Order: sequence, then structure tokens, then C-alpha cells
Amino acid sequence: MSRLRASLTPYLLLFPGGLWLAIFFVIPTVVMLSLSLQSGDVVNGYVFTFNWHSYVDGITTYHDQIVRSVVYGTISTVIQIVIGFPVAYWIAFKGGNRKSIYLFLLLLPFLVSFVLRTISWQFFLSDNGMLLGPLKSLGLVPEDFHILATSAAVIGGLAYNFLPFMILPIYVALERIDPRVLEAAQDLYASKTQIFLRIVLPLSLPGVFAGVLMTFVPATSDYVNASVLGGTGNTMIGNVIQNQFLINQDYPTASALSFTLMALLLVGIFVYAKALGTEDVLEVAAR
Amino acid sequence: MKGGLLRGRGLQIYTWLVIAWLVLPIAVMILFGFNDTKGRYNTAWQGFTLKWYGKLFEIGDLTQALVNSLLIALLTMVIAGVLGSMIGLALGRYRFRGSGAMNLVMFAAISCAEIVMGASLLSLFVTFAVPLGFWTILISHVMFSISFVAVTVRARVMTLDSSLEEAARDLGAGPWTTFRLVTLPMIFPGVLAGSLLAFALSIDDFVITNFNSGGTMTFPLWIWGATRVGLPPQVNVMGTLIFAAGVLIALVNGLIARRRANA
Amino acid sequence: MNVPFRQDPALLRGMTQRRLGRRDAFRLAGLSAAGLALAACGVQGKGTAKPSTSAQAQSEVEKFWSGKAKNGHVDFANWPYYMDPKQPELKQFTQQTGITVNYKEVILEMPSWFAKIQPQLAAGQSIGYDLMVVTNGLHFDQLVQLGFLAPLDHSKLPNFAANAAEQYKNESFDPGNVYSIPWASGMTGIAYNPKYVDTPPTSIAELWNPKYKGKVGMMSDSQEIANFGLFAVGVDPDTSTEADWEKAAAKLKEQRDGGIVRKYYDQAYMDPLAKGDIWLTMAWSGDVFQKNISDGTDLKFVVPQEGGTIWTDNMTIPKTAANPVDAIMLMDFFYDVNIAARLAEYINYVTPVPAAKDVIVADAAKASGDDKKLLEEVASSPLVFPTPEDTARLRSYVKFKTPQEQKKFESIFQAITTS
Repeated sequence: MSRLRASLTPYLLLFPGGLWLAIFFVIPTVVMLSLSLQSGDVVNGYVFTFNWHSYVDGITTYHDQIVRSVVYGTISTVIQIVIGFPVAYWIAFKGGNRKSIYLFLLLLPFLVSFVLRTISWQFFLSDNGMLLGPLKSLGLVPEDFHILATSAAVIGGLAYNFLPFMILPIYVALERIDPRVLEAAQDLYASKTQIFLRIVLPLSLPGVFAGVLMTFVPATSDYVNASVLGGTGNTMIGNVIQNQFLINQDYPTASALSFTLMALLLVGIFVYAKALGTEDVLEVAAR
Repeated sequence: MKGGLLRGRGLQIYTWLVIAWLVLPIAVMILFGFNDTKGRYNTAWQGFTLKWYGKLFEIGDLTQALVNSLLIALLTMVIAGVLGSMIGLALGRYRFRGSGAMNLVMFAAISCAEIVMGASLLSLFVTFAVPLGFWTILISHVMFSISFVAVTVRARVMTLDSSLEEAARDLGAGPWTTFRLVTLPMIFPGVLAGSLLAFALSIDDFVITNFNSGGTMTFPLWIWGATRVGLPPQVNVMGTLIFAAGVLIALVNGLIARRRANA
Repeated sequence: MNVPFRQDPALLRGMTQRRLGRRDAFRLAGLSAAGLALAACGVQGKGTAKPSTSAQAQSEVEKFWSGKAKNGHVDFANWPYYMDPKQPELKQFTQQTGITVNYKEVILEMPSWFAKIQPQLAAGQSIGYDLMVVTNGLHFDQLVQLGFLAPLDHSKLPNFAANAAEQYKNESFDPGNVYSIPWASGMTGIAYNPKYVDTPPTSIAELWNPKYKGKVGMMSDSQEIANFGLFAVGVDPDTSTEADWEKAAAKLKEQRDGGIVRKYYDQAYMDPLAKGDIWLTMAWSGDVFQKNISDGTDLKFVVPQEGGTIWTDNMTIPKTAANPVDAIMLMDFFYDVNIAARLAEYINYVTPVPAAKDVIVADAAKASGDDKKLLEEVASSPLVFPTPEDTARLRSYVKFKTPQEQKKFESIFQAITTS
């Protein structure tokens, strides 16, 4: 691919959008960092004091919620890989000329508001609702059995809400595999298992990586699923941040927790990228 | 690859099951838009009716919230569409100092947790005493959509051959003419896809909007608030109509693409 | 058939690729450091002293209202379902006065509403509303302390003077109605579903009964749940101290860790109660009444013998209002006995105008069928016109002397609800 020589043009193209991101994304992050180091209260105002206590207090008080968020995020991401991979695989290799129909069906949920979908689940799963009501009257599950207000409900909701973001990148990676490579392997008497493990799986990894990136972050920081589907003891760090910001107006603590969450996620992503060594693979995939 | 690596049938059924799982809550939502509920709560099935379609706009605030959502989504689509496409074009076509930093900021914006983005933007608005409302929502939506449009357009640009543009220039076309007649048509599918994505992201956004909305309501915010007393059936109907419109746009878009491919 | 995603693989590729180097990360860090200095200016607080003498208060009133005139329009912010959606009262108001009303049910919960308007008020900007309904409690106090509310000119409130019940004229959160007059009151008590709860609960201890393990709903709002914790340990919230809060919190923690609480609800507890997800719950009186009327459910509400909470939603005028004169006219209009009766018929919370009862009774006599039944129910409902016994057991929210005290309180009780 040939590229035009550098000139002023790219900068002019970049300027308005870049400025928007600088003012409304980069600077706010910095403002938040500053807020997290301030002390005071709503009535008397906040002053910048290099107050590290918000971090210390926030993390000690809400350490359970932080750990829980990471655990929920991780489990839901793993579930999504397990559920999503076979689907992506089947569509990529067996979808034939109907691939686009299947992809379209996978994207259908995005046409309905995220909040509405989650509330719809709450409705569907309620203790005597459309699912459990009949099961209970048939005596198939005990009377006091419930799905809502459990960890399982929250994790299930997270897995549900972000699943398409997992399937699509894996599908793209799989679809890019040149069929001739697979044919060559077959001609060389590779078994089906060998083909899968030695060719398909490694080549799908960039897709899995992208999928994890697109699902783990929103799942870990989500608060809608926990507050709609969860109960006592299912609060995630997102709920705490939202509470501190919007309800307590304890901006320093809220900012400190946001920053902790951001740092945690960034470190997670980098460690994950290093462990998989996907940086090079991605460069190849991006071409 | 005849026969496949795994038994095809089983996987096909499995795929359909997953699709069914994904669509199930939507089916529930559509169904209860036809529920003949007596009061203002819509929880138990009480018979089939079409009356809620007739009373769709009876709740003024809900209608206003939907109008706000649509308006913000449209404006976001246009603004983020244009600004994001420009970034995408610059990054995909040119090699220049600073492109790495731009890529990094965009990556950060895409992978940043929504709650962190919403909260930090609120802290900016709070610090500089910017009144919250329609415009702050729009600003935030454009902010998080730009990067998605940009990466989409960049990917499209990178698959294209720039020799066509060079040829146009060799034939005496000015930069603007070249852009209008050659570049734009080539990257247009990317621009369109990116803009539609921006629209979808905007109309569905809850977390960031919740932080920066002030007294202004959007559709998802209204729904969230209304859970205090139960959702009226009109919400189901509006959800159903938005869903139907989305399906329709996708179908039409698909038909046009197919006709073009056949032509 | 096709979709944008399929048609343009560029989109997916765009979303799935990632290009960045370590060097870029350092660059971003440098940029942030530069911005830090810029952002270190902090968030301004705007605390102002409350007028202490009545003469001072009077001069505050004159200062605010002098030169203000009727503009023919008012923007009104209220809570959901706090007026008949057809807004007959507002139409009548417009007819009588020529003032148009833009009525929006935008206030969903006090904390987030406060968070939204606070920056605008602090900057001296209009919040877009001239009249807003604010629940007494933390945020009401903060609005007063911050000087965000306009002092009311009682010469413009003749109906209020004539028709409001005495108890509303000297409430602890705003003695003498300097900044507010009530819109409606409500009680926080126990609601239960008789389908699952055989013995009607009378004591707050029922919320701790292991029989209802996993079927009890509590509120996540710190002030609400604190009151119930305090009732449970036998302390009057009005005179409670920090040590009492700790005791109440321990009691609530015991309830939570015993697995008795299913969930701390911010607002959406009525649906789960009607559906049987929870069997008994802390609840607001009006919600129960509304649910029964609209869905034909048979949910019950009791004020526990140890005590229940009374709260008042108040009409207030933000200091930055563009149309305060129109707003105060509307406020007084709602104290017309007939208008108050119509409102109570719809919203089913406690009306501050006792004389409304006679109007509702008279309406019921004229009506027929379902309407008649409904109106009779409203007129005789202890939820709309509470009994003296109930009233005697009702307490207000905990009040704070300092922001530090309030912060302590929040941290004690939020540790319970955000688990």
C-alpha cells in the first residue's frame, strides 16, 4: 500500500475531532485525577491538597466490591468465550451464503435499549415469573428457588449483554483464515483435531483478544446488571462509583475509585497482551 | 474442508439456541406491548390489545425523552460521523508524526470504562460550572462515538488503493475535486457504517448520559426512572417500534447493497 | 439480506484491531501531568449564612422579590406520577391566570437531582425550572445551607395561610415555611403481600424474622434505612447520636448477614412485592395505594408500632428562577381546597389540606360506579388522611449539625447497603 507524503493535510483532518477528544476525554481524565486528590465537601467546596486518603479509604472500604467486579467480569468473559466461540466458528465456516443473516440475528439485541433488555430479563426471571412460575407449579424446582438476586443472575446478565461483542471479533478472525491453508493441512494428512488446534485456534486468537478487550472492560465496570438483577452482596464497584458521584457527591472518593478501576483494567489489559504475546499477531491481523 | 471439523448439525442447533437466548428478552418486550393491562403497571398478562399503539404518545414526558434521544442520536451521527471520518482518513492515508498519540487516545477512549468516562466528564463540567442538559449529553455522545467512527473509516481507507487518487490528480483534478469524486465514494461505506454505529451507540447510551444529563431526559433514562413505579406499556411499544425501524433499515440497506452487487 | 457489519468488514476490523506502542503511553502520561496543574483549581462551594432574625429574613424576602413581575409562564419540575397525566389542574390554572405551565416529571430521586442542579445553581445559572418539588432531608438542608432557594413571600400565599394544616406550618426542616410549602406527604412503613404473609406484621421486628429469609426488601437510601434501624433498636431518630447510628447499623448488618434481606431497593420494590419476589418490604404509603388501585392487587401497608417515617415533598423556588412570581402563584393555587382535593384523588399521598377530605366525600356522593368506589376509598384511606394513632408514631429523618456528621452517617449506613 502506498501512502501519500506527509503534509499539513493530516493535521487539518485530525484537528477538529482531535480537539474534541482532547477537551472532552483527555482533560476530564486529568480533572478527575485532580479531584481524586482533593478534600472537602459539597457545601464548603473542594480544595486540592494532594490528599491520598481517598485512595486508601476507598480501596480499604470497597475492596470487596473491587475484587467482586474483577471476578464477575472474568467469569462472564470466560462464559462468553465458551458460548461464543462455537457460534462464531459455525457461522464463519458453515454459514455459507447465509452468514450475513446469522450475523444480523446476533446483532438484533442492539436495536433494543440495553436498560430495557436487562429489565426484560428481570421480568422474565422473577421468582414466580414466566420461567420459574410454571417450573414451580410443576414441582420441578423447589418453591423457594430463585435466580434473581444471586451472583449467577448478575454474571448471566453480563454475559448476555456483551456476548455479541465477543462473537463478532472471533468471527472476523476466523473468516479471514484462508481455506487453502486448511486444505493444505488436510492434504498433508493432519487430523481434524490437529487442524483445529494447530491452525484454527492460533489464528483465531487475535479475535479472542479483541473480544476479551471489548467485553471484559464494560462487564467489570458495569452497574446496571448488578442493580437490576442482583441482590444483597452482589454490588459491583460501578455501583459504588455511581453512588459516590451522584448520591453522596463525595467527588474525591468517587474519582479515586474510578481511577483505581481504570488503572486496574489497563494493567489487566497489558498483562494479558504480554502473556498472550498478541501484539505481533494483531499487527498481522490488522493488515 | 468437506464434513467439517465438528458435526455441523449439532453446532447449527447450538447457534440457533444462542440466537434464541439473545432475542428472548426482546420477544418478551414486544409481547407485553400488546398486553391489555388495566392499570399503570405492566406485569401480568391480561389479554391481547392494540390500544397501546393508539395511546403511544399519551405520556408527554416519555415522548419528549424519545424525541430527545432521537435528536441527540441524529446529531451525534452527523457530528461524530464527519469528525471521526476525518480522523480515520488522516490515520489511514497519511504517515505523520503524532499519529501514534492519536491512535493511543482513540484506543483509550474505546477501551475506557463508560462509568469512568461519564464520571470524569461530569467532573470537568462541575469544575468549570457548565450547565448540564441537552448540549452536555450531545458533547459526551460525540466524544465516545468519534473513535468508533474513526477506526471504522481508517480500516476502510487502509484497504483501498490510493493510486486512483493519484491518477485523478495526474489528470488535473484539484484536491477538493479528487476528494469529492474519488476518495469520498470509495470510503463512503465505511463512513456510513461508522455513522450508523454512532447512532446506535448514542441512542442506547445510559451510563455516560446518566452522569451528564442534568434535568434533560432521554429514552433510556426515562425507562430507568420509571422502574420506581413500573414501566407503562408505551415503553414496550416504543422499544418495539425502534426495533422494527432498525430491522427495516438493515433490510433496505442489505437490499440496496445486493442490487448494487448484482448490477 | 445484508447488514452494515457484513457489507463492510472494515467496521469489524476497525473495531477489532489495536495499534499502540509503549512510547505512546508515556506521551499520554506527560500530557496528563501538564493538565494536572490546570485542573487543580478545585470545585467551589457556595455556603451562605442563614438569616437569623425575622427582620433579616424579611429583608431577604424583599430583596429577592422586589422588581420581580409576572411573566406569563412557569417551568415546573416534579416527580413521576405526581399529577394526572392530563394535567387538569394546570389547565385550569392557565385558564384562570393566563400563565402557561411547562410541567416535567424529571425528578426521580433526590440525590441525583441535587447532583444535576447543584453545579448550575452554584454558578448562579437558571436550572430551567422555576418550581421544583424537593423532599425534606439531606438535600433539602443542603439547598438551604447553600442559599440556593428563594425565600417565600407569604403575602403572595393567601390560600396556604387559610387552608394548610397547622402541622405543616412549623415543620422541623423549614420552620415558618421560609423556603418551602408542602406538595404532599407520605409515610415510610412496611408493605406486605397477604398472599405470602399470613400474620399481619405490626412490629418492625418482622423485618428481621428468619421466617422471611431472602424475602424482605429494604430501602437503599441511607436516611430511610437509618430510621428503620433506629426504630428497631428503640431510638428516636430526632434525638439519635453517632453511637445510636452504630448500634442501628449493627442491627441492620445482622439482618443482612443473616440472609434475610433480598435486596436494597432504590425505588423499584413494588413490582417485586406484587409478583412475590419479596413478601414484605419497607415502602412508601402512596405507592401501595396506587399499585392496588391500578393493578387490583391487595397489598397492605402498616406503620410499625415502634415507629414509621414521615417525609414531605415540598414546593420550592430555586433562587435563579426566571419566573418566580408565576411560580409562587402556582404554589398558592395548589392550596385551593378544590384543587388540593383533585390532586389527592389522583396521587393518593397525604394532602396538606385537610379540608380536601370533605370535597372528596362530596365528589364521591355525586359519582357512580368504579369512580365512586375509588373516591370513597381515597376519602377513608389512612394513607391519604392518616389516623391520629399513626401520626403519633411518625418521625422525621435524622438531622445533621455539620457536614462531617453527615458524612459519617452516610459512611455508616452505606457500608450496609452497598455490600
